[in-house]
Amino acid sequence: MRQALIIARRELDGYFATPVAYVFIVIFLVLQGTLTFNAGDFFARGQADLVPFFEFLPWVFLLLVPAISMRLWAEERRLGTIELLLTLPVTEGQAVIGKFLAAWVFCIIALALTFPFVITVNILGAPDNGVIACGYLGGVLVSGAFLAVGSATSAMTKNQVIAFVLGIAISFVFALSAYPVVTDFLDRNLPVLAEIARRFSLIARFQSFAQGLIRLPDLVFFASFIGFWLFVNAVVIDHDKAS
Amino acid sequence: MAALIEIAGLTKRFGSFTAVDDVSFRLDKGEVLGFLGPNGAGKTTTMRMLAGFVMPTAGSAAIAGHDVIAEPVAARKHLGFLPEGAPTYPEMTVLGFLRFVARVRGYAGAALRRRVAEATALTQLESVRLQTIETLSKGFKRRVGLAQALLHDPSVLVLDEPTDGLDPNQKHEVRTLIRRMAPEKAIVISTHLLEEVDAVCTRAIIIAGGRVVADDTPAGLAARDPERRLEEVFRAITIPSSLRKAA
Repeated sequence: MRQALIIARRELDGYFATPVAYVFIVIFLVLQGTLTFNAGDFFARGQADLVPFFEFLPWVFLLLVPAISMRLWAEERRLGTIELLLTLPVTEGQAVIGKFLAAWVFCIIALALTFPFVITVNILGAPDNGVIACGYLGGVLVSGAFLAVGSATSAMTKNQVIAFVLGIAISFVFALSAYPVVTDFLDRNLPVLAEIARRFSLIARFQSFAQGLIRLPDLVFFASFIGFWLFVNAVVIDHDKAS
Repeated sequence: MAALIEIAGLTKRFGSFTAVDDVSFRLDKGEVLGFLGPNGAGKTTTMRMLAGFVMPTAGSAAIAGHDVIAEPVAARKHLGFLPEGAPTYPEMTVLGFLRFVARVRGYAGAALRRRVAEATALTQLESVRLQTIETLSKGFKRRVGLAQALLHDPSVLVLDEPTDGLDPNQKHEVRTLIRRMAPEKAIVISTHLLEEVDAVCTRAIIIAGGRVVADDTPAGLAARDPERRLEEVFRAITIPSSLRKAA
């Protein structure tokens, strides 16, 4: 774990050493704010809660989180530093976890910077802060799930654009899998898969957090989902680290 | 005592192409091995297998008695490795990068500061320690890579073209450094420069088409040419005779 944390620390410093971090945070906050206020009718609803905020959060994450994870391994491959990193006395698992943790902490920092929303609703009314905290926990988990997918796709290529597009595409499938556009199609053609698809929906699971429900199955789901993609990541790295 | 580097029957195939074909050698403390060969001969692939970065198709490699596949982390603790092209993280400062490597190598506090200071002094990087690596010249970047490999005073050093991109003075410094460290370590350097073999190596292996075609002392190799020119010996060994006549 110590090795993973050392790698995470370097990676996190790497985000802030380049403009990437600041650009991401600014765009995330602007996008999330605009959607919440304008598209979400934040004030016009006349209710002191963060429902519109959490409505848009997973979609903003879907668009932006793969931009955070795309560099994790693709950049190492492009620079050749993967050869340096993986010949240091660390295991591939430690490197995978370290990089993932760095990206996750970064997302949590970005998410934490939305705190003015929480202050605003608390000034304007008396929201249920438990529900809000729960929604934030869901947000952290959804970002972790998208990051794990993005980190695995980043390991597959040395081109960051390909890593980004692949990451979005795979995340999109899991985000959308409980939506009628997917389930209706599956209901008609493959009813067995439709039920499975509903269970794999990241957004449906997130919504129960946004309603203030922390359910064990959802926690287990997110943990396994992240674990699975990190495992894929490690397998890909192990299989063709030199290519 | 077991040899510090032990390679037996090392083979790597990429599809139907055999990059490294049944390479075996062992290296004891105090030896400096010059690894020679034309481009694409398999030098880098062999070194990557020794560092545990490329998985061999067949054969084994061990560093200080630790098999690089079965005990990769233990083997890498004894290894200082300069990969081809000396890759480093461009956005980090020299100091930040070396501190990162030292932390991964298990150093902390005063020991970490001492190691980093020693490595920067050995590779003469003090003047640029607070600069980001991307702003450095090629020679400095190469030395940052070298500093990273020397940092933990490893018993085995594997350096892929350590003097590539350095000016004559810097080449001289690096060679002096290698000679000075030689008695305590087993060192493998790959190079295109035949004069380098003469200058620092106690032994030379020439590899062509993935196979070891010569394994001798530099003096022994030179003796194969009537005029004792290493360059002619290299050509004679690595180019098939029919092609040589045509050229």
